[in-house]
Amino acid sequence: MSKNKFSLSDFLCKFYVYILLFVMYAPILLLIVYSFTDTKIIGKWGGFSLHLYKALFRDKEIMQAFANTFLVAVSSAVVSTILGTLGAIGIFYSGKRSKAFLEGLSNIPVMNAEIVTALSLTILFVFCGITFNFTTLLIGHVVLTIPFVVLSVRPKLMQMDPNIYEAALDLGATPSKALREVIVPEILPGVFSGFILSITLSLDDYIITAFTRDTAFQTLSTYVYGVTSKKGTLPPSLRALTTVITLIALVILIIVNIKSSKEKEK
Amino acid sequence: MAENIIIELKNVSKHFDQTYAVDNFNLYVKKGEFITFLGPSGCGKTTTLRMIAGFELPTEGQILLNGEDITLLPPYKRPVNTVFQKYALFPHLDVYNNVAFGLKLKRVPEGSKMRRLTTKEIDKKVKNALKIVDLEEYETRDISTLSGGQQQRIAIARAIVNEPEILLLDEPLGALDLKMRKDMQLELKEMHKKLGITFIYVTHDQEEALTLSDTVVVMKDGMIQQIGTPEDIYNEPKNAFVANFIGESNIYSGTVTGDKKVRFINHTFDCVDEFPKNEKVDVVIRPEDVHITKEGEGMASGKIVSKIFKGIHYEYIMMVGRNELVIVDTRNLEVNKTYGFDIEPDGIHIMKKELTANIYNDAYIDKNNRVVISESAFECDITSLVPGSTLDEDGYVLGPDGVRYDFTDADVIATIGLDKIEILDDDEAGIVRGEIVSIIYKGDHYQLTIRTGEDEDFVLDTEYTYDENDLVGLSVKAEDIKLTLKGEAKKYAKK
Repeated sequence: MSKNKFSLSDFLCKFYVYILLFVMYAPILLLIVYSFTDTKIIGKWGGFSLHLYKALFRDKEIMQAFANTFLVAVSSAVVSTILGTLGAIGIFYSGKRSKAFLEGLSNIPVMNAEIVTALSLTILFVFCGITFNFTTLLIGHVVLTIPFVVLSVRPKLMQMDPNIYEAALDLGATPSKALREVIVPEILPGVFSGFILSITLSLDDYIITAFTRDTAFQTLSTYVYGVTSKKGTLPPSLRALTTVITLIALVILIIVNIKSSKEKEK
Repeated sequence: MAENIIIELKNVSKHFDQTYAVDNFNLYVKKGEFITFLGPSGCGKTTTLRMIAGFELPTEGQILLNGEDITLLPPYKRPVNTVFQKYALFPHLDVYNNVAFGLKLKRVPEGSKMRRLTTKEIDKKVKNALKIVDLEEYETRDISTLSGGQQQRIAIARAIVNEPEILLLDEPLGALDLKMRKDMQLELKEMHKKLGITFIYVTHDQEEALTLSDTVVVMKDGMIQQIGTPEDIYNEPKNAFVANFIGESNIYSGTVTGDKKVRFINHTFDCVDEFPKNEKVDVVIRPEDVHITKEGEGMASGKIVSKIFKGIHYEYIMMVGRNELVIVDTRNLEVNKTYGFDIEPDGIHIMKKELTANIYNDAYIDKNNRVVISESAFECDITSLVPGSTLDEDGYVLGPDGVRYDFTDADVIATIGLDKIEILDDDEAGIVRGEIVSIIYKGDHYQLTIRTGEDEDFVLDTEYTYDENDLVGLSVKAEDIKLTLKGEAKKYAKK
């Protein structure tokens, strides 16, 4: 009797998970499938065609937005990875009381609504008389991603033997040399995942981008928002675009997973 | 002699916020010496070592290396190397590169210029260092594949390869198991002989300190308790703390009754130390200095109540009246039988009693006529401040001459006897709560030191057993607090 009950609840558990996964991935799958047909609306299958992809890669506006998005993502990720890593190390080695304070402080942006960050940045730039350009956008994205770098570097620092920095000094390394040759190699995996996290956060950001960019500068998110709000419907070529972005995200995910599983083996 | 001194610490103190980790530390170390800082955790031994390494800067005082002031020199400029407690090896480098780390950064003079070491020179030194620690074939091994003992050896090799003038070792054997620790102790001693480097060693293990060192520095609460050879420290402990910390010992409260005569556990014994008559003293007797005799013989007698086999000898506990006496003897004796015992005069070590009462110099009276010690208010008999006085209905002290006194905020010295403090298991129940920081067994009672959150110590005698770090409450009866007014009572008279 009890055995039967068990398998039923087992089945329900599994069923629930599959339903959940289906709800999560169905829209994406739908988009991917319909990116290979040339119909105006989703739901009507017009035969297999790569027309949308051709149109996508011919569309100069989309391609420009695509390039812009990656430019912002990579450059802001580089800046925030460097600053965030140094910040995390600084927090880790600071005194007990200031450590708790700084850790709390660096967590606030993660919890805070993005719109608040975006608005306050805008007000700050206007207050300082800065016109919106690529730099303001970059600053915006760095502000957005830095706390996540700090968050992903911190656990690596905590796993590390805190004495190795002193050991390096003891053996004659200057503080900066000890940092480069001993601390950084130890926390590199955390730095790397912080970098990847920054890129993905920056890639799909809309709010901060919309507030801090020069209006002529289009990223994918602002472009998509622009056309959908103008035309009201989703242009078919965006289905192809979505598929490409999903593919890129998938590749990044696979790289990260391979890297972390290799680390575990070590 | 002066040129023989390699490092000297002069009046070195270190405080963190308000607490003194190291308090007025004075020490010089001779070249080639093996010196050990010994003490319980939190006694400041590691902080002192870290100041010598340069990881901490002294709040006050000076550190001289070969006569030069290095107090403020950063660690990477000091010719000392450290073996860390948890090894602190670099996990991303292999054994060879861990050992070579310091050499690659080293500059040696060549003519008027400084140059790096060549790969060949480095290679030779690294191989030699690995040979000293017996790990020649491990060059390419990953640190994570090594056992604790092997990692320890690599940590030592990584330090000695730089040929430091002083090798600092911070509880280096703490993480090893007993057998390996014993082996490493011998090897360290051997290494010290071979290399001729000065070793400064930190440990809380008294046996390790006695085995390894030329000189032992016993520390407690940031202060040096005693400096001496292992024999000195063991045979002639300066106070009850040292006696209790180093080896097994029987500690009793005694009274000097005459010329080289001391009375404790209700018997009078001959001793070799001279103290003024009627002086209250602490008496230390090592278990091996008591010789058991047949019943009826010997200076005194007692009943054996416990026997433990310890391998080479038995450890007996004998009740002498109300007092316990721990004795070691190789003979197999019977439990619950009465025996006599002798103690040779030079086996009785007498020390001046450190503390006969708790004295608080910065106590004051609050507006409710209570005395405030360590931020806690104790009921007290405030009329004792003015002889023959009484308390009037308004709470003022009424003198025999009719003068009224208001002692609010008056500074007083409060004295409480060691046997007058009541200890309570419920730490919320007393007037003040604190943590037990030290326990010394004195034959028929324990002497506990309880430290409050405000860092004030209460020392008391109790018959009951407690553990270190227990939180307890303390209370004192009003009549047991002796008050002495600072300044004259006139000052507090009400007009």
